[in-house]
Amino acid sequence: MSDVVIAGVGMHPWGKWGRNFVEYGVAAARAALADAGIAWRDVQLVSGADTMRNGYPGYVSGATFAQALGWTGARVASSYAACASGATALEVARAEILAGRCEVALVVGADTTPKGFLAPNAGDRPDDPDWLRFRLLGATNPTYFALYARRRMALYGATETDFAMVRAKNGRHGLENPNARYRKAFSVDEVLASAMVADPLRLLEICATSDGGAAVVLTSAEWAAKRGTEKPVAVRAISTVTPAFPQTVIEMPNFSTDSGVAVPDAVTPFKSAIAAAAYEEAGIGPEDLSLAEVYDLSSALELDWYEDIGLCKAGEAEQLLHDGDTAIGGRIPVNPSGGLACFGEAVPAQALAQVCEVAWQLRGQAGARQVEGAAVGITANQGLFGHGSAVLLSV
Amino acid sequence: MADGATRERVPAVEGWFSIGDAPALIGNRCTSCGTVFFPKASNFCRNPDCNGEVFADAELSRTGTVWSYTDAQYQPPPPYIPRGDPYQPFAIAAVELEAEQMVVLGQVADGFGIADLHVGSRVELVVETLYSDDERDYLVYRWKPLS
Repeated sequence: MSDVVIAGVGMHPWGKWGRNFVEYGVAAARAALADAGIAWRDVQLVSGADTMRNGYPGYVSGATFAQALGWTGARVASSYAACASGATALEVARAEILAGRCEVALVVGADTTPKGFLAPNAGDRPDDPDWLRFRLLGATNPTYFALYARRRMALYGATETDFAMVRAKNGRHGLENPNARYRKAFSVDEVLASAMVADPLRLLEICATSDGGAAVVLTSAEWAAKRGTEKPVAVRAISTVTPAFPQTVIEMPNFSTDSGVAVPDAVTPFKSAIAAAAYEEAGIGPEDLSLAEVYDLSSALELDWYEDIGLCKAGEAEQLLHDGDTAIGGRIPVNPSGGLACFGEAVPAQALAQVCEVAWQLRGQAGARQVEGAAVGITANQGLFGHGSAVLLSV
Repeated sequence: MADGATRERVPAVEGWFSIGDAPALIGNRCTSCGTVFFPKASNFCRNPDCNGEVFADAELSRTGTVWSYTDAQYQPPPPYIPRGDPYQPFAIAAVELEAEQMVVLGQVADGFGIADLHVGSRVELVVETLYSDDERDYLVYRWKPLS
C-alpha cells in the first residue's frame, strides 16, 4: 500500500562542532544520496527543515541546501515545526511524490546551536509567549519536562531511580552509534549523582543542544523498483497532527492550558493522538512494532511515550522498563540509537535522525545496536506550539 | 519620595493581574461560549466550535490545587532577570483552577520551595517583586502554599 519509499539516509555526526549548519546539511545530504545511489542532479525536489538560530539562510533551508549542493533547477520547499520540522519536511516531500509532481526528493535538516539552555531569540517581544515565559517565570525547557516527570511520580509512583534507569539504558544503546555525540555508559548511581537541574530531573537526564545534520532520500516505490534500489524502506504513515481543544496538559511555551469550561476534554490526549494517527493511516498497531525512536527530551518523558505510542497502558511504563522490554534484546526496544540522551537535540535534524535510525534498523544495517529481525518501526516527537510528528516505516 | 524610601511598584507585565490585598489573575471570558482565557484572548475565541469575538475581563480563582511542580536550580537565560547575585533558585508550580478548569503556571512565593509542595496541595495567589532597577520594583503573580 506504500507508494513512497526511503531510498537512502545519511547523517553528519552530532557534536558541538561550532561550524556553519549548511556544512552538516550538505554532508548528510551527500551521504544520503550516496546511500541511495542517486546523483544530486536526479533530485527533483529539495525539502528543507528550517533552523531559527542561524539567520536568514536557516529560514529558507531548502534553498540554502540546494544552492550549496549546486543549483540544478530542482523545486524547493522549507518547513518549520520546531522539533517536528524534519517530519513536516518529510511530509511535504511525500505529498509531492504522491501527487505525482516528482519522483525523487531530498529532505535535509541541520542545526548549529548555542551553548546552554535553549533561549528565545534576542529582542524584547512582550507579545511572544516564548519570550514571556523566560521573563516572567524563568521557565526553561527543562521546567516543563520536570513538571511532567513530577506528575508521573505522583500519578503512577515513578521514582528518580526509574528515570535514571532510562538514561542508563539509552547510554548503553548509544555506545555503539558512530553518529551519537555522547558515547559513554552511565550507571544508575552515576546518573543519580549528577547535578539536579529541575527537580526531579538531573543534568544527565535532560537532553543537551547539539550541532548535527540528517537527510533522507524519498522516491516513489515505482521509481525505486525501476532503479533496482536495494532494501527500500516503505513509508507507511506520517502523522503531523495538532492538539484538540481543550488541550489540558500544560505545553511549552504556554502559561496555561486551555479551559475545559465550554468543551469536554478530548477523548485522546495530544501525545497519544500523534501515534494514533500514524497507526490509523498505516492500518497497523503498536503490537506490530519491532522498535521505536521516541523524543526523550528527558529520561522521564521516554516513559510517557511508551504509553502514548501504545506499548503499554497508562502507569505501566516503569514495569516495561524494569522487565528489560525496551532495551535492545527486549520485546520492543526503544531508542536503540541512544536517543536524545546520547545525541542532544539538533532541532531541525532530529526528527530526520529518528527516521535514519529506523531505516538502518529495518535494513539490518545498525551494526552492534541492531534490533534482531526488525520489520516495523515508529518515530514519535512533539514540537513546540503544538506540532505532533510520527513516522511509521516497514520493510 | 525624595529620600527614596518609597519605590514605585509596577507590574512586570501590563494587565495580567490585580494588585492589592486580594490579588487575582485577570483573564477574560468569551461572551459567546464562556471559555476562560489566561493570558487574555482577543479578537477570536480559540474554541473550534465558537466564532466569538467579544470578551469580558474575568478575575480567576485566587486558590487552586498543585498539578505539578519543579524548581530552577540554575539561572535561566535572558530575558529572565535575576534578582541578585549569587543566583537564588526558585520553585515553579502548575496549578489547577477548579472553576476555570485550567492549569496556570507560576513561580512559587518567596521563602517556599519544592519541599513545601506536593501534587494536590492547595496554593493561593500573591503578588511579589520579580526584579528591580534603581527606581522601580517590577511585580509578578506567584503561588503561595497554604498550610
